[in-house]
Amino acid sequence: MPQLSPPELLVELTDVNFAYDRRPILTGFSMRIPRGKVVAIMGISGGGKTTTLRLIGGQLKASSGRVRVNGLDVASLDSDELYGLRRRMGMLFQFGALFTDMSVYENVAFQMREHTELPDDMIHDLVMMKLEAVGLRGVADLMPSELSGGMARRVALARAIALDPMLMMYDEPFAGLDPISLSIIGDLIRNLNDALGASSIIVTHDVQESLKIVDYVYFVSEGKIVAEGTADDIRNSDAPYVHQFVWGEADGPVAFHYPSRAYGEDIHAVAGHA
Amino acid sequence: MLERTQTALRWLGKGVNDRIWRLGFASRFFLMTVLHSGTALRRFFLTVREIYFTGTLSLVIIMVSGLFVGMVLGLQGYDTLQRYGSSEALGVLVALSLVRELGPVVAALLFASRAGSAITAEIGLMKATEQLSAMEMMAVNPIARVVAPRFWAGVISMPLLAALFSAMGVFGGYLVGVKLIGVDEGSFWSQMQAAVDFREDIVNGVIKSFVFGVIVSWIAVFEGYDAEPTAEGVSGATTRTVVTSSLAILAADFILTALMFRGA
Repeated sequence: MPQLSPPELLVELTDVNFAYDRRPILTGFSMRIPRGKVVAIMGISGGGKTTTLRLIGGQLKASSGRVRVNGLDVASLDSDELYGLRRRMGMLFQFGALFTDMSVYENVAFQMREHTELPDDMIHDLVMMKLEAVGLRGVADLMPSELSGGMARRVALARAIALDPMLMMYDEPFAGLDPISLSIIGDLIRNLNDALGASSIIVTHDVQESLKIVDYVYFVSEGKIVAEGTADDIRNSDAPYVHQFVWGEADGPVAFHYPSRAYGEDIHAVAGHA
Repeated sequence: MLERTQTALRWLGKGVNDRIWRLGFASRFFLMTVLHSGTALRRFFLTVREIYFTGTLSLVIIMVSGLFVGMVLGLQGYDTLQRYGSSEALGVLVALSLVRELGPVVAALLFASRAGSAITAEIGLMKATEQLSAMEMMAVNPIARVVAPRFWAGVISMPLLAALFSAMGVFGGYLVGVKLIGVDEGSFWSQMQAAVDFREDIVNGVIKSFVFGVIVSWIAVFEGYDAEPTAEGVSGATTRTVVTSSLAILAADFILTALMFRGA
């Protein structure tokens, strides 16, 4: 397979188009994630951010364009090759997605048991190290239902880094967390990235928390990248969309009203029925 | 009028189309489950764990129901047989009804509502909470790791539960017929032994319950895997598991009976 992308790029999306049924989600989408960096994809809900993660993980296939991870064209891999690639990726799902029928310990040990032949005592040590990294060695014997939301997310993070991935993907890691858990998760994302020598992609709409920890930001709106830059670029940006998003203004380029017919028409329509 | 007919036809066509498409999907899913059974059989403890949840935990309902069905058979059977002066054939009647029909069918119906619904709900909720998606992203195939062990657990448990159901039923018939009513104990057992054939009756009953096990387990895992990932979707899928597998069991029972016992 030709090695087209420069080696310092871990993930490269080139001119990607993707649609659910006939509704376009991504159009002419291009993005580059360099190795070792933490990159955020920001934008409003339903803008195609999670779709981007699923394209990179090979759970969805682009209708056109190319998605490359570590030099491999994701869409052209057969299922064994794709599984091979996924072993080197970690993904943190929005609500953790811990296996509810297993203890915390077994959740973190899951991939080690599935993919390696390591003896039990070595798995035990590795699980304890991963749990120590997220500060939750003490909950190893609990079931996921006994954890708080923030703890569940940290356990899921420990599970995602179980096999020391080269790429970490976070789907809304800050959603629904209290301020303390929020900064714990933020610090963990940055520190684990640097400690593992991995690269990270964070899909989020939490501007303030993520700007503290990321190296680079892509702004996505209606399936297109509308702005990009470092955290400072974004804070100082005067592009209307970015400004509205960063300062949380209710109306602007992203309209408050969902598209509809004229207000007067709707009022009359009801009056006509009465 | 024409327009209404067209709408009705279109609606009918879409309904039929959708059902055929879904049946095709379910068949492909069945094939995938069988093809990806390596993990479930190689790491058999995964399947054993599911046998505990589907089989062992169904023991109480199966045994109690079997006992009561047998006791009712004893009462009703005696009432009919004694009119013809052949009440000592009660053992034969109880055993044949149970081994050929009631054991496999009633046990499968109970199994569908006790274990099938639980399997569907569990897999459906795993899907709704992204656990299956997470597993895929960890390079583990959920069909091999989640679906196949549950499927095989159901297939293995079903004949055992049906056999236990029949055994409890025979015991229930014995309690009512011999101990309560006073049918002669010797003829109860000896006529049963003489009339029940191993190949014709017992093996056929086991084949039936095996087929029912495949049907119920297949429907249960498929409905769970295919469930809409919402609360409403999972509850709908659970209901469909019970309804569809009950109907499928009864239909399959008719076909199997016609093939096995015609003219016998």
